[in-house]
Amino acid sequence: MKPSFQEGGKFAKLQSVFDGFETFLFTPNTTSRSGAHIHDQNDMKRTMSTVILALLPCLLFGMYNVGYQHYLAIGEASAAWTSMFIYGFLAMLPVIVVSYGVGLGIEFVGAQIHHKEIQEGFLVTGMLIPLIVPINTPLWMTAVATAFAVVFAKEVFGGTGMNIFNVALITRAFLFFSYPSWMSGDKAFVKTDSIFGFGGGNVADGFSGATPLGQVATNAGESLGQLKDVVGGEITTMDAFWGFIAGSPGETSMVAILIGAVILLVTGIASWRVMLSVFAGGLAMAGIAHAFPSAAYPASFIDPFAQLCYGGFAFAAVFMATDPVTGARTKAGQYIFGFLIGVLAILIRVYNSGYPEGAMLAVLLMNAFAPLIDHLVVNRNIQRRLNRAKAK
Amino acid sequence: MLSKRSKEIIFNPFSKENPVLVQVLGICSTLAVTVSLEPAIVMSISVMAVLAFANVIISLMRNTIPTTIRIIVQLVVVAALVIMVQQFLLAFNYDVSKKLSVFIGLIITNCILMGRLEAFAMHNKPWPSFLDGIGNGLGYGMVLVVVGFFRELLGSGTLLGYQVIPQCVYDAGYMNNGLMILPPMALIVVACVIWVQHARDKELQEK
Repeated sequence: MKPSFQEGGKFAKLQSVFDGFETFLFTPNTTSRSGAHIHDQNDMKRTMSTVILALLPCLLFGMYNVGYQHYLAIGEASAAWTSMFIYGFLAMLPVIVVSYGVGLGIEFVGAQIHHKEIQEGFLVTGMLIPLIVPINTPLWMTAVATAFAVVFAKEVFGGTGMNIFNVALITRAFLFFSYPSWMSGDKAFVKTDSIFGFGGGNVADGFSGATPLGQVATNAGESLGQLKDVVGGEITTMDAFWGFIAGSPGETSMVAILIGAVILLVTGIASWRVMLSVFAGGLAMAGIAHAFPSAAYPASFIDPFAQLCYGGFAFAAVFMATDPVTGARTKAGQYIFGFLIGVLAILIRVYNSGYPEGAMLAVLLMNAFAPLIDHLVVNRNIQRRLNRAKAK
Repeated sequence: MLSKRSKEIIFNPFSKENPVLVQVLGICSTLAVTVSLEPAIVMSISVMAVLAFANVIISLMRNTIPTTIRIIVQLVVVAALVIMVQQFLLAFNYDVSKKLSVFIGLIITNCILMGRLEAFAMHNKPWPSFLDGIGNGLGYGMVLVVVGFFRELLGSGTLLGYQVIPQCVYDAGYMNNGLMILPPMALIVVACVIWVQHARDKELQEK
């Protein structure tokens, strides 16, 4: 079968597609013959597969929570967890299909045009997108945003490994600025209508789809009002820690995210320096904000630990900031990079009333600064060694 | 009607020597005035008028201007013309001139103007200078109109203020793209125009 895909064969035009599938998820037994190469038992495909594995807890819990919020909204919170999961699965499946379909489609076409190997970078991006886009976002919007991000944030810079900004976050940022009414507020985060007649029901009285941070942003008065779930019940920080709150599918559960974090750290794929310093920066900034609470900035009433549990902060810290391509690469740089992401995310969340959540913007902004941080760290090192050489 | 050289002077700025797409001049105003089509068109005409007449005037004076103060002389000429255009717009098209706000005044700092005056009008006779001004003005205006067209169509669903995208499309779930109204998207649309142009014209491609 292979020869017909090689040069001169019948399907020579589809060579890169064939190549892509032949080596999908495993390493080919041919190795590079010239030049310098770093040897490691992990190649890019296996790295990607591990990240997908780390994302699975978030994905599965996200599916369950989409269903849970739905049944809560229609006043059937006692429904079986299986039907909640199936509902969430049906709700998220189209988003996953669209995200992979559009993104991989563009990559395949691009690879064919340039006669290059298909790069597998989109495997992870395609899984991140459904997790960070609100569940009610119309599919065509997700498709447009994905296409935009893959072409303008990745392909124009030279494809996988060359991008400056995190592609999944660019997708979300595009949606956020293009269609703001679908990305925040009441109707974005909780799916209320039935899917193929599954999970039908009328929305309960007093329904409000606002996320906890959305409620905080509109809070008035000298103290923080009680945060409520979609039908007006009280929610606590523990609910947010376990993830039973409204929000984008992947980001609600701190527990699922931490399981993912452990997988990433044990396999050595993500940098613990970045992860740790994002949380440190977030805690520090949240502590400062909490020390000076003000009615003008209601998010300053939230205590520091709860700040980390709400919104997309933890997800951004574990899966977005640690992207090895768009982050800082020097060790000292990783501490600075991560710490500033944490600080900025909380800074935007608390002191910019226009944005209830700042994790996305913080990561994107620091992506732009990562090369500068690395440059400074490297230069400082050179300077130090020069001084040492002179002193001798 | 036009000699071969005249034709080159007037049509080269459309493609091979386009001031925005190839020389990457005048980007500021391209980003600022292209939110909708109407200001883009008015801006193009204003720049074209100022450019053509400034070219002619400088070309007429080119042998008498001392080289040491030529930039100042050019600026005075351009400033006078810009003020005339501004007053004209205030008198006859007040709404659009409000939309364009400072950007009419800022034509004076448009790099295309100084570039053409320095590079062409200082060394050529009035008639070719006039054609050069018209050509570059058209080349600039063409980009503005293309960018303005897409930004207004996708960002507001209108063209020249008239609703173009029918209501039934909105009913089916379509929404205007808010990002198109913001300046970053102008940069990306210009980039797309450059992309298309360079893909079609092999001479422009970098090796």
